[in-house]
Amino acid sequence: MTAVGVRPRLSHRLGSTELVYLALLGILVIGAVLVATSGGNLFGTANVVDMLTRSSLLGFVALGQTFVILCGSLDLSVGYVMALCSLVGATTMAGDPARIPLGVGAVLLVAGGIGLLNGLIVSVLKVNPFIATLGVGLIIKGYLDTNYKGPAGKVPAVFQQFGYSRIGFLPVSTAVMLVAVVLGILYLRRTRSGYHMFAVGGSQEVARLSGIRTGRVLVTAHVLCAIAAGVAGLLIAARFGTGSALVYGSGYDLDSIAAVVLGGTLLMGGRGGIAGTLGGVLILAVLDTVFNILQVDPFFKDVLRGVVIIAAVAIYARRQIDRRASRTRFGNSGNGGTSPPPEPTPTPDDQFAARQGAPQ
Amino acid sequence: MAVTPVTDTVLRMRGIRKSFLGVPVLHGVDLDLRAGEVHALMGENGAGKSTLMKILAGVYQADGGTIELNGQDVAFAHPLEAQRAGVSTVFQEFNLLPERTVAENVFLAREPRRRGLVDADRMNADTAALLADLGLDWLAPRRRVRTLSVAGQQIVEIVKALSYDARIISMDEPTAALADEEVELLYRLVRTLRERGVAILYVSHRLKEIFDLSDRVTILKDGALVDTVDTARITSDELVRKMVGRPITSFFPDKLPDTSVGEVRLRIRGGGNEQLDGIDLDVRGGEITALAGLQGSGRTEIAHALFGVARFTKGTVELDGKPVRLRSARQAVRAGLALVTEDRKAEGLALNQSVAANARLVLDAVLPGQAGRRATRIPGILSSLELVSQGTGQEVRFLSGGNQQKVVLAKWLATDPAVMVLDEPTRGIDVGAKQKVYTLMRELCARGVAILMISSELQEVIGMADRVVVLRDGRIAGELPAGSDEESVMKIATGQVSA
Repeated sequence: MTAVGVRPRLSHRLGSTELVYLALLGILVIGAVLVATSGGNLFGTANVVDMLTRSSLLGFVALGQTFVILCGSLDLSVGYVMALCSLVGATTMAGDPARIPLGVGAVLLVAGGIGLLNGLIVSVLKVNPFIATLGVGLIIKGYLDTNYKGPAGKVPAVFQQFGYSRIGFLPVSTAVMLVAVVLGILYLRRTRSGYHMFAVGGSQEVARLSGIRTGRVLVTAHVLCAIAAGVAGLLIAARFGTGSALVYGSGYDLDSIAAVVLGGTLLMGGRGGIAGTLGGVLILAVLDTVFNILQVDPFFKDVLRGVVIIAAVAIYARRQIDRRASRTRFGNSGNGGTSPPPEPTPTPDDQFAARQGAPQ
Repeated sequence: MAVTPVTDTVLRMRGIRKSFLGVPVLHGVDLDLRAGEVHALMGENGAGKSTLMKILAGVYQADGGTIELNGQDVAFAHPLEAQRAGVSTVFQEFNLLPERTVAENVFLAREPRRRGLVDADRMNADTAALLADLGLDWLAPRRRVRTLSVAGQQIVEIVKALSYDARIISMDEPTAALADEEVELLYRLVRTLRERGVAILYVSHRLKEIFDLSDRVTILKDGALVDTVDTARITSDELVRKMVGRPITSFFPDKLPDTSVGEVRLRIRGGGNEQLDGIDLDVRGGEITALAGLQGSGRTEIAHALFGVARFTKGTVELDGKPVRLRSARQAVRAGLALVTEDRKAEGLALNQSVAANARLVLDAVLPGQAGRRATRIPGILSSLELVSQGTGQEVRFLSGGNQQKVVLAKWLATDPAVMVLDEPTRGIDVGAKQKVYTLMRELCARGVAILMISSELQEVIGMADRVVVLRDGRIAGELPAGSDEESVMKIATGQVSA
């Protein structure tokens, strides 16, 4: 694919998922060194548990967000869904261990319903997903602000184990999140409906013309996303022992989008995946843990996170541009990406490939 | 060329009519396709080829006429219906997902499954088998489509069509974006398909291809059928004549008496970028130089290069003898260039703003110091163009196409340009407005302005230009003097002769 004799830069030979994990490794090394210089150990049990615990909550939300972003959509209501679901879970359980299944069921139902609403607004009413999910989020916010002045409901002690207990250094919540991630990866890679999410995100028109019911795919993605956010809400309730409306102010909506994009999924959809998203989640978790240990000023912390996110996306954008540049008629940049037929020998440089999308 | 004559007609289109917004595009066209033939469809831009093809593909629905497929009446309401009936279309804009693999694209929405899960191995194997069957072993099923050349992507489209068991495949200018050696690859594939009894409808502007590949050719002109002939029984001269032969009307105004050809005002030497190569061009004051050529030949790209959209990376540009660097539209305007763009709604106007605001747009944005003084002339310019509006406060989106174009022209005239580049200046406007644009061009010439006109309407090129520069594949293919005929232009543009 690249002109003979020109070694592509490392970042060009790797797939984007590998690149994400390479970045994670780099951040881990730098973080470990920084922590070590201030006399700590980033890989001490407490710190590892801290990193994993942080990643479980965001992991659920970002997992769901990956589905919608892959479809070329977006969900800004996840923070509100989390808050609502923590309340629905906690108030339904009302401290009674026997009511745990009921609470979980109620959360799944409420979250799924909100996802359905989001999906229908986006696919049937054709409202821009940014506006649609922001609107639905605001409706939930209004409901929460009116009805819940403080924490409400009580989570039984058994269920709190979901928030706190560990298997060795691995928090149960993280383990559950990882299982969900694996299921998500299988779903995208092994089911038709997963395949069709890539198609819808790549081009709704192409997907539609191929016979894919694009609306249905979008709705599915939104339902999965909201349910993932609902599970994150349950996890919050398990940690707090009660439901809390204030969670929506914690920025999980934008963090989840940042994690997905950090993970190499195109914001326009059509390319990416959950493996990358997990990498993005871990990167954010490691950054937060390191900043915490080093007691970085919280406002400056946000500055650093912002820088990391922009830098990562700038690198991805660069890779995209390099690839597109091959589609030219004249130029000496070699013949990027021409499939060489066996018989006719390709002439160099001249007259190669062509224009980007002929203007009609 | 010699193919065993097959006569089983698989498709019979009769009296196909289609109008868009009341403007008839096809008036009663007939077309037959036989199994195992390559049937070329020819005609100038706007002759109705694409519309006919889209009706066959189910993208548009005909207003009248019948389509018979294997003896049965059909009407495709959706491209998918056509595809399922065995009629596939390869459009110029590909219906592929660039981020997915070849196999994923071929089997999109029909992924083979085993125990409910997608069987990727089988999908790749099936794709490999399809490819091997067509002698395309070098194309790996797991390759991402984005990494393929245009030819490779086209092949994926064709393979996808075949995987639906297509008996009819239509291709819209399949070679328009291909390099020579890629064209050969496509030829071989088309021939393979023909041997297997597939009927191929092949739209192309390139005469050589028509004669290389096709068994029969149907010629359309202005939405009507001219003729369907065996390719072996027609010469390229006859073909071109059938395609363009229309009476020249005295529609175009004469040169104004006090027009004289002056100095070179715009000079390009060795201009080149990713789309253009070795462009040498002189545009003189008082003269209309036309850029002709097929869609995508590089006409608009020259205008874009001058305006810094996709600027020249090679060569020099001089304005009135002084070298200029044109890295942005802003610099171009300051240097004395004006560009009336091809797409007036997207690039020429702020549609929801007033006539007055649009007419001042360039002045305010680029020449703020002089905006006030020069803007005083705008009402005069607008009335000389006979703009019909409910006053200068009206939003331009409510104006007709012709009046919108007048606002665009006024916007540029206010800057007093030395060189005016007009890209498809009369596209989609009514006859009266067209004539007004032509008169204006003559007036500008008389004032010594140099005009570079880009047009795909040959009639307009012949009727207005003092010089016709013909482009092909990003290079200047030839130049013709005023008074040349449409056929000569077409011959150079299609590569039949090189002047």
